[in-house]
Amino acid sequence: MLKILKYSFYDLMRSRWSYVYFAFYLLLGIVLLFLNNDLSKAVITLMNVIIVLVPLIGTIFGVMYYYNSKEFTELLLAQPLKRSSIFLGQYLGVAISLSMSLILGLGIPFVFYGLFKSTAIWDFSLLLITGTFLTFIFTALAFNIALSNENRIKGFGYAILLWLFLAIIYDGLFLMTLIIFEDYPLDKVSLVGTMLNPIDLSRTLILLKLDISALLGYTGAVFKQFFGTNFGLMVSFVALVLWVVLPVSRMTFKSKKKDF
Amino acid sequence: MNRLLISILIAFMAIINSMHAKTITVCNSCEVTSIKKAIALASDYDTIKVKKGTYKEYNILVDKPLTIIGENYPVIDGELKGEIITITSDNVTVDGLFIINVGTSYTEDYAAIRVQKCKNFLIQNVVLEKLFFGIYLEKARDGKVFHNKIIGDAIEEYNSGNGIQLWYSKNILIEHNYVERVRDGIYLEFSDDCTIKNNVSANNLRYGLHFMFSNNDIYRDNTFESNGAGVAVMFSKKIKMYNNIFKENWGTASYGMLLKEINDAEIIGNTFEENTIGINIEGSNRIVYKNNNFINNGWAIKVRGACYTNSFLSNNFLYNSFDISYNSNINDNVFDKNYWSNYTGYDLDKNGIGDVPYRPVKLFSYIVNRTPETIILLRSLFIDIIDFSEKVSPVFTPDNLLDNNPKMKKIEW
Amino acid sequence: MVSIQDLHKKFGKNEVLSGVNLEIGEGGIFAVLGPNGSGKTTLIKCLLGMVIPNKGTISVLGKNIKHGSNYRYQIDYLPQIANFPSNLKVKELITMIKDLRGNKTTVDEQLISLFKLEPFLDKKLGNLSGGTKQKVNLVLTFMFDSPLIILDEPTSGLDPISLIRLKNLIQAEKEKGKTILITSHIMSFVEEVSDEIVFLLEGKIYFKGSINELKTKTDQPDFEHAIASILTENHA
Repeated sequence: MLKILKYSFYDLMRSRWSYVYFAFYLLLGIVLLFLNNDLSKAVITLMNVIIVLVPLIGTIFGVMYYYNSKEFTELLLAQPLKRSSIFLGQYLGVAISLSMSLILGLGIPFVFYGLFKSTAIWDFSLLLITGTFLTFIFTALAFNIALSNENRIKGFGYAILLWLFLAIIYDGLFLMTLIIFEDYPLDKVSLVGTMLNPIDLSRTLILLKLDISALLGYTGAVFKQFFGTNFGLMVSFVALVLWVVLPVSRMTFKSKKKDF
Repeated sequence: MNRLLISILIAFMAIINSMHAKTITVCNSCEVTSIKKAIALASDYDTIKVKKGTYKEYNILVDKPLTIIGENYPVIDGELKGEIITITSDNVTVDGLFIINVGTSYTEDYAAIRVQKCKNFLIQNVVLEKLFFGIYLEKARDGKVFHNKIIGDAIEEYNSGNGIQLWYSKNILIEHNYVERVRDGIYLEFSDDCTIKNNVSANNLRYGLHFMFSNNDIYRDNTFESNGAGVAVMFSKKIKMYNNIFKENWGTASYGMLLKEINDAEIIGNTFEENTIGINIEGSNRIVYKNNNFINNGWAIKVRGACYTNSFLSNNFLYNSFDISYNSNINDNVFDKNYWSNYTGYDLDKNGIGDVPYRPVKLFSYIVNRTPETIILLRSLFIDIIDFSEKVSPVFTPDNLLDNNPKMKKIEW
Repeated sequence: MVSIQDLHKKFGKNEVLSGVNLEIGEGGIFAVLGPNGSGKTTLIKCLLGMVIPNKGTISVLGKNIKHGSNYRYQIDYLPQIANFPSNLKVKELITMIKDLRGNKTTVDEQLISLFKLEPFLDKKLGNLSGGTKQKVNLVLTFMFDSPLIILDEPTSGLDPISLIRLKNLIQAEKEKGKTILITSHIMSFVEEVSDEIVFLLEGKIYFKGSINELKTKTDQPDFEHAIASILTENHA
C-alpha cells in the first residue's frame, strides 16, 4: 500500500492541480493577513473558506482523480497487489497531497506573519486539523461515489450534489426541523443532527473555539455538558474519525466486489 | 459670635485631646489581651495597636472615635458566633486586621465590619475570610473603604452575603479592593454619590457589582471577571461607568453588564470581552455608549425592549458571534461611526467610512431568540445565505437599524 | 497450469460467461478467439482477478485465485489498451512496476533496446504515440520471468518490424517452457504462433483444440474460413 501511496502522491505532486490548489491557499493566506492585518478576522474568514471550499475541492478532486487514473488502476490490478491496498494507497495519495497543499498554503503565510508568537495559534491549528479531516472525509466520499458510478458525468453530478446537500441543504432542513418542533426539548436532536453531517461537525468544533461565549448562553443541560467541558471536543473528534473510517471501509469493501 | 467661639473651642479641645491621645497595645501576653477591653479602656481619639496573634472575639462595638491598627495582620476569629466589629461612632479607622469566621444567620445580616449611621470612617488593609457579609455600610456617609481583600467561600446564593454592601449610604469612596467568591462583590442599595474605582471583583456567585435604586454614582477602572451574572445596574439614574473591564461572564443568564430601568447613564471606554452577553438592556433610556470595546462576546448587545433614545457612538465591535440582537423590529436608538469587524463593505472615497451602511442585527439572531437550539447552526453557509437575503430586504429585523457611517478601521482613542 | 470450472459472469442483465470449463496445460501457446463480445477479455480478467465471477472457480498453478493476490506473481499480463498515467516518464513507469513487483528482473534493458525505446525513456507517457505505448507495454510484460504470460491484443499498433520482434519474443518464451495465452483479431498472427486455440461463443467454449482439428471439424481448407464458417453457422 505504501508503494501505491508513494506513486499516487508523487503523481499528484506533479499535476498542476495540486499547484493551483496550493497557490490558491497561499494567496488567500497572504491576502487575508497582509492586506487586512487582523489575525482574528483572518481566522474567522478562513473558517468560512475551509468549511465550504475544502469539502468541495475534496469531492471534485477525489472523483476527478479516480476517473483519470482508471488506466493506472487497471495496470495495478494485474500486478500482484491486494485490491484494498491499491485503493487505499490512491485514496491516501489524494487526501495527503490535498491536505499538504492546504496546510502548507495556509501555513506559510501565517508563519511569516508571526503566528508562533500569537495566541491565535490554537485557533489556527484547529482550523488546519478540521480542514485535514474534511479533506480525508470528502475524498473518501468521492472515491465511494466514483467506485459506484462508471459514468463520469453521473459521478461528477453526484459529487456536486453531495457537497451541495451537506454544505447547504442539510442545514436548511435542519433549521426547519428545529423551528417546527421548537416546543419540544431539542438539544439532543440538534447535537445528533450535527454529528450526522461532517461539515456541521467541523463547524461545531470551530464554534467551540470561536463562539464559546454564545454557545454557553443556551439553557439545555446536554448542551452545557457538550460545550462547557472537553466532552464536546472529544465526541466531535471521535465522530470525525468515524466519518473517515466508515467511508474508507465501504470503499475497500466496494472495491473488492467491483469488476474492472 | 458665641457659636463661633464655641466651635473654635471645641476644635481646640479636640486637637489638645488628640495630642494627648494615648496608644493602647493589645497582645496575648500584654496587660490588655482583648480588643473589647482596649476599647473600654480607651478614650476618644486613642489608638489601639493590635499585635500579631489570634483573638477570639465577636460583637466588638466601637462606639467612640478610635483608630484600631493591626500589626502584621492579627487574626480576629469570630468563631462563627455573630457579627465581629460594629462601628457606631464617627471618625473611626480600622486598619490591618485579618478577620475570619463571621457567623451565618438567616435572620440577621452578620458582617465582619459594620458601619452604622456614622461618618468620616476609614476601613483599609483589612483581610476578610470565611465571612457572611464583609463590610456593611448602613446609613453611613463620607467614608472610605480602601485596599481591602475579601475572600469568601460562597456556594449557594441563599445562605451567602455580599462582599461590600452599601445601604442608604452617601458619598463613599470604594477603592483598590479585591473581592471574590461572595454573593455580590459590591452591592449598593439606595446609595448616592459614591465612587467605586480600581477594584477587582471576580468569581462571585451573583454580580460583581450591583446597583439598586442608587443615583449619581460613578464607577471606573474596575475589573469584573467570571462572575455568575456580571454587573447589574438596576432602577438607578445618572450612573457613570468609565473604563471598566467586564470579562468572561459565561452562562445562560450571564452578561458583562445588565441594565434594567436605567436612565441617563454614560458608558464610556469600557471593555466587554468574552461574555455570553456583553450588555443586556431592558427598559433603559437616554444612555450614551461611547468608545467601548466589545470583543469576542456571544452577543455584544442584547436589546430586550422598551429602550429609547440610546446612542451607540464610536464603539469597536470585534468578532462577536452576534453584534446586536433585538426582540422586535422597532428601533429608536442611534448607531453611528462604530467599527464592526463583520462589516464587508468598501470605502471608495477613502475617507475611512464605509460607503454602504452596516446592518448589525442579523436574521439569525432573531431565529436564535425564538428557537435557542438553532445556535448550533451558527456560521453555517445556509445561515449566511438567509442573513444576506434579510440584509437585502429586512422583514423580521428593524428596517431603520443601520450604522450609516461604519468605520473601516478599528477605532483607537 | 490454469483450471477453470463452471465460470459464470453477468454484467447487469447481460450474461457474458455462462459456464466456461477450461483446462490449460503447462507449456505452449494458446489463442483465445471469438467474435466481439464473446467474453474473451472478461475471461482473461477473471483469470487476473480484475473481474469477480458470479459463480465458478479458477485456479492458477493449483491455487484458487480467491485466496489472495500472490498468484499474480506467476503471471505477466499485457492489457488491451495501453493507457498509462500521463504524468509519468517511461523510465519512471518501468522502475515503478519493477518496484511494485519486487524488483526481480534484469532483462528490462535488453527489451528496451530490442524495441528501440531508448530515445523515449525521458518522455512523459502522455506524449507517446499509440505504437510506442504498446512497445512500453510489451517491455513491462516481458520484463518478468513468470511461467504464465497473458497477452490481450499484443499486436495492436505495432509496426511490422516490432511485430516480428514480438513473434520472436513469444517463441523464445515458449522455448523456455512457458504457457502463453493470447487473444487477437489477426488470424494470420494467431495461425502463425499458436499451438492450440480456444474458441468462445456466446459465453461458452465452442471449440478447443489445434488449428488442424478446427479445419477438419469445419471442413474448411484454411484457418480464416474455418473461423468464418463457425460464425456464419451459428448466426444463420
